[in-house]
Amino acid sequence: MIGAMMTALVASSFNKRDQDQGDLKASIERGSKVYETYCLSCHMQDGSGVPGMNPPLKKTKWVEGPKKVLTNLLLKGLTGEIEVNGDYYDNVMPSQAYLKDQELADVMTFIRNSFGNKASRVSVSEVIKWRATVK
Amino acid sequence: MKQILTGLLFMTSFLITKNIHATDTTKVKSAPADDVTLVLQPGFSASVINEGVGKNRHIAVNANGDIYVKLERPQKGKGILVLKEKSGKAEVVNRFGDFGGTGIALKNGYLYASSNSDVYRFKLNANNAVDPSQKPEKIITGLVNKGQHESKSLTLDNEGNIYVNIGAPSNSCQVDDRQPGSLGRTPCPILDSAGGIWQFKADKLNQTYKDGTRYATGIRNVVGLDWNNTTNQLFAMQHGRDGLFQMFPKLYNAEQSAELPAEELLQVKKGGDYGWPYCYYDPGQSKKILAPEYGGDAKQQGRCEGVDTPVYAFPGHWGPNALLFYTGDQFPEKYKNGAFIAFHGSWNRAPLPQKGYNVVFLPFKDGKPSGKYEVFADGFMGANEIKSPGDAKHRPCGLAQGPDGSLYVSDDEKGTIWKITYKQ
Repeated sequence: MIGAMMTALVASSFNKRDQDQGDLKASIERGSKVYETYCLSCHMQDGSGVPGMNPPLKKTKWVEGPKKVLTNLLLKGLTGEIEVNGDYYDNVMPSQAYLKDQELADVMTFIRNSFGNKASRVSVSEVIKWRATVK
Repeated sequence: MKQILTGLLFMTSFLITKNIHATDTTKVKSAPADDVTLVLQPGFSASVINEGVGKNRHIAVNANGDIYVKLERPQKGKGILVLKEKSGKAEVVNRFGDFGGTGIALKNGYLYASSNSDVYRFKLNANNAVDPSQKPEKIITGLVNKGQHESKSLTLDNEGNIYVNIGAPSNSCQVDDRQPGSLGRTPCPILDSAGGIWQFKADKLNQTYKDGTRYATGIRNVVGLDWNNTTNQLFAMQHGRDGLFQMFPKLYNAEQSAELPAEELLQVKKGGDYGWPYCYYDPGQSKKILAPEYGGDAKQQGRCEGVDTPVYAFPGHWGPNALLFYTGDQFPEKYKNGAFIAFHGSWNRAPLPQKGYNVVFLPFKDGKPSGKYEVFADGFMGANEIKSPGDAKHRPCGLAQGPDGSLYVSDDEKGTIWKITYKQ
């Protein structure tokens, strides 16, 4: 009896993990399409950006750090010089607030899991929550 | 017009021929740099005289051979370096100027240099050098500097005037800059203080906009400009607009957007209007076209029918960062009074391969382009093809002519400086 319960528990936790992994993969796939359409022309296919202008999305706290900061950046855009890993970048990043909540969640999940990055996914509910606070 | 057509015909063949060098057997590989081998025209050779002092923007070479380098950012607190050549290498012998920037030029016993908002000058002493303890004179101040197209390149005429480009801090003067679908503003308020070339006095202190003249307008951004001393005219290379496809995907596809618009060589006339942000130059149609932000459909000219046109059209997005009229005697006769242009290399062609990253030569006769351009020096990117500008080993940014007629090329990626010489 106890063994059966254990088996069921383990199985369900595996299923949950498989489910999460599947969701993550699907979100990354959707996010890559959003990236190609709206981000690639400035940040490049490999996320390396443009020296002096458009910052790289590789191995930086702007991308891998707190999800709320990244979400705010996408919703509000960014102007002015920023430093990324010792180099300086200055160009206009337009607001991406015109993207749907799902698209924003997916594209952030994509860049947080691409170009050598490894960070947690961003959910639609998080985007909705933070969008409500951005004016 | 004929010149433009000549350029266009060549461009067309360029676009069809995927790799221009694959069919060009006249070029020779030249002295290897630290990490790349430049490809040059026959008889020319290049040597690396300094492998990297910083992000070199523009350079100037004095009559005594001293090389002045403007750094994008101050290094050890100094933004201008002086290099002296000895046994084929150039070493830093002097540093001064507490500002970063792009522009640098020598004229009538003064060194002129710019930050991204001001222009300074330093008097050369009896030894034809700048005393490093000298405080510079600030001659122009308070120019628009908003972090986009912010470099203030400069050149001087022979009547005591200095010309400064003030790039527009915008792509196409949209309500929301670089926002897909956002429409353009009419009139574009940016043009009052940027998006053109301003003329100031070379010897007057603390000039602001009210002291200068908006010499020409409707120029999005210029990094390379030069005074042509044989015709007494100003020439400038405009950086054309970005993102036609990204902003208006219903009107342009990615391939069209990678080639449009042309990078324009302008003969900058006093009072000229070259059309930005309302117009861009389409080399295929050989005319200025109304920009989509202003109701354009990729074909109609509208208000752009009467605006001033380029004297030559180069491929889109190559990023012309330096222009130099060659007046030396060292190179073969055809180079005399023609234009060298250093192309920084593209980024706005993605996802297509990036282009440019070279130095080209455009022949001139009687002050006008007289033929198609040749790729004079290539191989700076260090690969046959790159997808991202970050993969380029070097990015040409500055050009200068030495007293013996050698051509110097600076790079703002690694800070390499090449000296190109000719020997029959």
